[in-house]
Amino acid sequence: MRAPEAKAAERPFTLIDGGTPVEVQATVADGAVWLLPEAVRAAFGWELKAQGLCRGSTCIPLPSNLSRSATEGMDLVELAALLGRPLALDVDEGAACLGGAAQERAQTLASLEAPDFTLPDLAGREHSLRQQRGKKVLLVAWASW
Amino acid sequence: MSSLGLVVIAVALDRGADDARPWIEAARPTHPSLIDVRHLVADLYNMVNVPTVLWIDERGRVVRPNDAVFATDTFRHLTGIDSAQMLAAIRAWVRGETPAPTDEEVHALQQLPRPDSQQARAAFGLGQWLFQRGRLEAAVRHFARAGEIAPDDFTIRRGTLPMRGIDPMGPEYRAMAQAWAKAGNTWYRRLPGP
Repeated sequence: MRAPEAKAAERPFTLIDGGTPVEVQATVADGAVWLLPEAVRAAFGWELKAQGLCRGSTCIPLPSNLSRSATEGMDLVELAALLGRPLALDVDEGAACLGGAAQERAQTLASLEAPDFTLPDLAGREHSLRQQRGKKVLLVAWASW
Repeated sequence: MSSLGLVVIAVALDRGADDARPWIEAARPTHPSLIDVRHLVADLYNMVNVPTVLWIDERGRVVRPNDAVFATDTFRHLTGIDSAQMLAAIRAWVRGETPAPTDEEVHALQQLPRPDSQQARAAFGLGQWLFQRGRLEAAVRHFARAGEIAPDDFTIRRGTLPMRGIDPMGPEYRAMAQAWAKAGNTWYRRLPGP
């Protein structure tokens, strides 16, 4: 994927990762979304460096067929593929959602460690699963539908 | 059973607190009753329908994975699922009368997410955000796409009906359930035993 020409206009784009929407500036051309390194960092917490996509001590090597240096930015679809994460993209609406990787989810579940979560009750008060450590928990998902 | 050290955490996979509110207020629960508009718990635990119940022990480990269980017999005529047997099993577990299952036993009962399950959840996540922003048409597009990607996920296919202005107990739901059964699938994924 070629980086867009400098004349292509930047516009606000909302990136949702783990449910936290972050609005960044992105360059959209021909249905492709180009993110600068600062946008990648703000939305996903990953640093685009010459040696790869890095977070903490982890660096994912970049594919060798990039048309430009990764320090100039990256295409959103290529970024999701590199992270092994599913991506739902709506260029017209200016938004995309990066989902949880199946492999990561499956590994966590197979470990039998119950994934923690924090959610509000009707009064808006937040509760976490981990607050109940030391007690047996019956986790019941239901719905009005 | 709370005196025995059992905590129920109820999580409503609903479009907003107001959908779940009448049910919660009528039940007056003493346990945490939470609202999950983004289906976070469905994502983390690979839930594809409701009700889904898991048993989690004192160390925070899953000892009985996703099971379709009802706490009452309200829907028994529809589901054929008997709550009394399950409640007895839960009671025995809480009292420590049931031997702890081995990891292998729990693994054998687990269903792990596939890449398409997670692709569908990403599409749901985008649709849900668009819905909250009032972008209904775009949201419905992504909900429909999510349902095509993971046709077994009724937290998406049925759970988004209210956001689409469709009665989740109405003809669309019945047609969905009938087509699913006709293809040889079960609506409620029940585990064997206990």
